[in-house]
Amino acid sequence: MSPIDVAAEVTSNQPLSPDYNVVALAAPAIAAATAPGQFVMIKAGTGHDPLLRRPFSVFEVLRDSRGAPKGISILNKRIGASTALLYTVRPGQRIVCLGPLGRPFTPVDPPIDAWMVAGGVGLAPFATLAQTLGARGVRSILFYGARRAEELFYMDFFRSLGVELVLTTEDGTAGEHGRIVAPLERALASRPAGAPVMIYACGPEGMLAATARTAATHGRPCQVSVERIMGCGLGGCYSCVVPMRDERGGFHHVRSCIAGPVLPGDQILWE
Amino acid sequence: MDLSVRIGSLTLHNPVIAASGCFGYGVEYAEVVDLASLGGVAVKGLFLAERDGHPAPRIVETPAGMLNAIGLQGIGVHRFIDEKLPELRARRATVIVNICGTTLDEYVELARILSDADGVAALELNISCPNIKEGGITFGCSLSGTFDVVSAVRKVTRLPVIPKLTPNVTDVASFARASEEAGADAVSLVNTFLAMVIDVETRRPKISNVVGGLSGPAIRPIAVRMVYECRQTVKIPIIGMGGIADARDAIEFIIAGASAVQVGTANFVDPLIWPKLVNGIRAYMQRHQIARISDLVGTVDTRARDKEWISS
Repeated sequence: MSPIDVAAEVTSNQPLSPDYNVVALAAPAIAAATAPGQFVMIKAGTGHDPLLRRPFSVFEVLRDSRGAPKGISILNKRIGASTALLYTVRPGQRIVCLGPLGRPFTPVDPPIDAWMVAGGVGLAPFATLAQTLGARGVRSILFYGARRAEELFYMDFFRSLGVELVLTTEDGTAGEHGRIVAPLERALASRPAGAPVMIYACGPEGMLAATARTAATHGRPCQVSVERIMGCGLGGCYSCVVPMRDERGGFHHVRSCIAGPVLPGDQILWE
Repeated sequence: MDLSVRIGSLTLHNPVIAASGCFGYGVEYAEVVDLASLGGVAVKGLFLAERDGHPAPRIVETPAGMLNAIGLQGIGVHRFIDEKLPELRARRATVIVNICGTTLDEYVELARILSDADGVAALELNISCPNIKEGGITFGCSLSGTFDVVSAVRKVTRLPVIPKLTPNVTDVASFARASEEAGADAVSLVNTFLAMVIDVETRRPKISNVVGGLSGPAIRPIAVRMVYECRQTVKIPIIGMGGIADARDAIEFIIAGASAVQVGTANFVDPLIWPKLVNGIRAYMQRHQIARISDLVGTVDTRARDKEWISS
């Protein structure tokens, strides 16, 4: 289905912490067409500075009282000029929003279990994925790592879907002290070979590389959602490339906007 | 109202062209843009062979602009003809193929191959990409190199030949003149400005290639000046570009001397910009009672201003 471009009205802006917020946008057509793992290109300001749109995973698909899709939300972390603007948007403001874009996650079915691995703002694509997996009856675990306890969000949302949570923080204020790949590795090591599992990952590059490596070590498939500096989101600019192994034993650059953002972890040439 | 533009033997039905390097091979946009509604589609630069380009990060945003060093990643001319051209033809796009060579022979070979392909409207010679060391820009930074590559391609094709000029020279107009003397049907300008962005915390360049090409609204006034200078120097049509973000910007280039315009970076910001540009140009013509867009080309009024007006 072709992407849709709308000047979407901001319906709410909920701060979660001094760095994180959730922006809800009225965009029913995009909401109805979105699959878990897809993204939108949005621009919070008008004018030429900042100039380009930024890619954001669709966080939630928002529904009205009858269950019809009415909008989407974005999980935003303030890092640069565009994300700072997005942190301060006001309800009623309009934001250009193009989507849904890119290749989504491929959901599994029972008896395959789903293990989602999220780091920081990399939580974003897992809200809709967890809902989809829940509806298919898939048993799911969310391995979720953050810098500190105050930056672990939406845990009740995932619990209410029946998702088991495994938490780590870098400062030890919640869950296990350290990085999320440590408990993932232990879980993979103790998993019986006959019990199938699909790993889904989204987060910082180092976490993705470590997740893909440990998945490969234990012979488990792994879908990673990569983040790259992206110019257009439609395949026009060739900015967002990822080096992928090819059948000749070499590698070539693929555009993560149209070949991804979800890519097979074992085929990416990690730095 | 007549928006058509003549470039050698080719007639574009309007002056708005998607710029090479900013629109993939055109097919990427086919679901969101009516390719036939554009005056032309300049596809991503092609060599004979496939190329993988530079590692990421390839772009960084700058004030009102962006810096890129993609490194001309591309599928090569043969895959383009087999995999992309049929769809472009089916969608009735006016296809301008941007070609790049590491040698003069490669340009000639590309021109020969594409002259035999069905659905190619014109050749744009990329002699101006600032991001690859070999070929391309080495022709575009030397007057004799520019003359030689244009005349060599001219000899082997009946397609309109349009060298794309770099602004990274002292006098762009002399390169337009060398192109005209070598038999070019038009020139397109400007390619990006060589530029650099450094992360002061890490002291690392923000793109992997260290330096790259600057585009976007930030460069527009310099590009307009260069189009104006070339208009004073050559008679062949000029295709102007550099930071065009709306119809007024496009009209500014036309008044400076461009017969047609290309739009690149703005397409990233708004992939649905094309009908807005064409309709905006039409509305301007209506408002100013201009029957033919060609009547507007190069009409900038540079007469000395009235002294009283200046002092008031």
